[in-house]
Amino acid sequence: MTKNVMIVGVGGQGTLLASKLLGRVLTGRGYDVKVSEVHGMSQRGGSVVTYVRFGERVYSPVIDRGEADAIISFELLEAARWLEYLKPGGQIVVNTQKLEPMPVIIGAAQYPEDIAAKLAAAGAKVDAEDFLALAEKAGSTKTVNIALMGRFSRYLPEIPESVWHDAIRASVPPKFIDMNLRAFDLGR
Amino acid sequence: MKQLMLGNAAVARGLYEAGVKVISSYPGTPSTEITEEAAKFPEIYCEWAPNEKVALEAAHGATLGGVRAACAMKHVGLNVAADPLFTISYQGVNAGLVICVADDPGMHSSQNEQDSRHYAEAAKAPMLEPSDSEEARVFTKRAFELSEQFNTPVFIRMCTRVAHSQSLTDTAERVVPEQVPYVKDPMKVMMTVASRKAHARVEERTRALVEFAETTDLNRVEMGGTAVGIVTSSTSYQYAREVFGEDASVLKLGLTWPLPEKLLRDFAARVDRLIVLEELDPVIEKHCRALGLRVEGKSLFPVCGEFSQNLVRERMGLPVPAGARFPEEVPARPPVMCAGCPHRGVFYVLKKLCCMVYGDIGCYTLGAVAPLNAMDLNVCMGASCSGLHGFNLAMGREGEKHSVGVIGDSTFIHSGMTGICDIAYNATNSTVIILDNSITGMTGHQQNPTTGKNLRGEPAAKVDLEALCRALGFNRVRVVDPYDLAATERAVREELAAEEPGIIISRRPCVMIKGTVHKPPLAPDTEKCAGCRACMTVGCPAISIHEKKVRVDPTLCVGCGVCTQLCRFSALEVTGND
Repeated sequence: MTKNVMIVGVGGQGTLLASKLLGRVLTGRGYDVKVSEVHGMSQRGGSVVTYVRFGERVYSPVIDRGEADAIISFELLEAARWLEYLKPGGQIVVNTQKLEPMPVIIGAAQYPEDIAAKLAAAGAKVDAEDFLALAEKAGSTKTVNIALMGRFSRYLPEIPESVWHDAIRASVPPKFIDMNLRAFDLGR
Repeated sequence: MKQLMLGNAAVARGLYEAGVKVISSYPGTPSTEITEEAAKFPEIYCEWAPNEKVALEAAHGATLGGVRAACAMKHVGLNVAADPLFTISYQGVNAGLVICVADDPGMHSSQNEQDSRHYAEAAKAPMLEPSDSEEARVFTKRAFELSEQFNTPVFIRMCTRVAHSQSLTDTAERVVPEQVPYVKDPMKVMMTVASRKAHARVEERTRALVEFAETTDLNRVEMGGTAVGIVTSSTSYQYAREVFGEDASVLKLGLTWPLPEKLLRDFAARVDRLIVLEELDPVIEKHCRALGLRVEGKSLFPVCGEFSQNLVRERMGLPVPAGARFPEEVPARPPVMCAGCPHRGVFYVLKKLCCMVYGDIGCYTLGAVAPLNAMDLNVCMGASCSGLHGFNLAMGREGEKHSVGVIGDSTFIHSGMTGICDIAYNATNSTVIILDNSITGMTGHQQNPTTGKNLRGEPAAKVDLEALCRALGFNRVRVVDPYDLAATERAVREELAAEEPGIIISRRPCVMIKGTVHKPPLAPDTEKCAGCRACMTVGCPAISIHEKKVRVDPTLCVGCGVCTQLCRFSALEVTGND
């Protein structure tokens, strides 16, 4: 059975390292894996999405509406945007940070209120936390991506914690390893 | 051991393993990483050419010199390279030549979604289409064998979902073929006699390639249920297998030009219902119809946009999964110019002066979005210069006094030079602004001939834009700092008023270039802020208003000071030094 995980956020938030880490963990466990994202224009502060699929044999590189087992969202509004892609009853791990998009900044649109509660009311399992604060505690707000992955790792019980730790060691520069391991553990 | 590899990186790996010595390319999403990844192999000489035509000619020149060579470009780049392409197909190669072209169905980062397969047919050069990274690597190597066997350039056609997806990929050793000696041959001079002979040879070659297409393992039949038989290629193959599994039979085409005849007829005879699943134009479908086969294709699936598994399910009448929708409207998050982007000041001034702005292709196309809304037109690389010239020919003085062309440094070198040459030579009083941010920005920071560095970041000859514009016939060439709004406004006003054509070079490095020194973020004085929202008119993502007071995001602000110049209450003062 192919499993589908989406990593969503805002261009520049570090979603790329998160998908790299997940890809490394899954490949190491012997799964067939596909990781897909769009480069280019959207990186300039736009909404970004990475599709990660794994299983015995993966065909399509993308995840479609109603197919995602889990969504890892780096920002609150982005979780709302991609909700449609979640399977009924699927898991959302969401950072409660709010980044206002340009239409909100210029007053042309409203940033919705109580997003986490509305996601849950729509049937999603929601795990919301201020991962930015956890990252800061770990040593740098830049580790927010690893803190989020730490929390997500709870929902992949088949993968031992040590595998994640090894993948982090292999994915970040040596001088940042300890800080990222801290962020992962705080998130988990 | 298999590695997770980006499709474009797998093409680069294939180029490496095929023993390629020379790669000349122009960046363009979704093709850029092919050349960037190839450049990581010190054994391959890689360069950014000024445009795709130059890149293809340089790569072809290298094959005439006897080494395997390649170039990479996006679909619209192939339009630029089309001139050499057609005659290179006649002239042939000495060592293998592969053209990697990346299409963008869905237009994630492009101005159109043209289908490059038409070029293969028109130029009569074979085209291979991988459907994942492993195929991208293997097909790239096969393309060189085909190129040498049939004496032809060969295409590797990528699409966004193959180029920008990672999947598990093998690796093999690099094998470098011996350099082929260059021998003078009058038949290589493409004039009447040689070209007539060459054309006849190309037709002969096509017949041989069709024979090849019938039996090559690049095309394969995967039999399953026979109620439905699907003919497909590229990423559409993945959607077909995702949706149908073993329930349908699949003819997967790795070679999409030329197309086989017997293979298609035989496959059609083995299934009840023949369906072609192909993104963009009905190329395979038309071929099937020409063979007299009963086939469905675009009657089921759209020409516009990219496919997905749900689209296939829906059009085939199969159950489609659905997720819950968020109960209220989710505001869009369009890409925006970065905080501190040097283009912002220019577009602010152009909006203020109500100019008609003929834009071009690059980050600065974002000048078109709210709240700046300061772009009227754009078409393709370079049209800001030549298109503006034509516009002014039609509009006369009225146009010349209110319209400008806006083009980036890399795009100017690519196709703008000839356009401004037209302006000077054929004398419209047109004003062109070159946005010189010292990098090719949108495609992810590639060097170009104006940056003084080559692809590897080593010092290189640097185009002197001022001298170049003067040499092309402009007496009025001036440089402004786009962070200085008053100076920028003065320059635009004066050039629009002048009775001869003018060039304004707006010069400031992109803030995202590594090593660019930023000033500390602004700390707004909320006591002074009157909540007038004047600072909001530049559309800076670092600035917002909360409870009628300005707020600056310190993680985004680079202290450029453009907003400072708009604040009449001195609430946004710059504190740091340059």
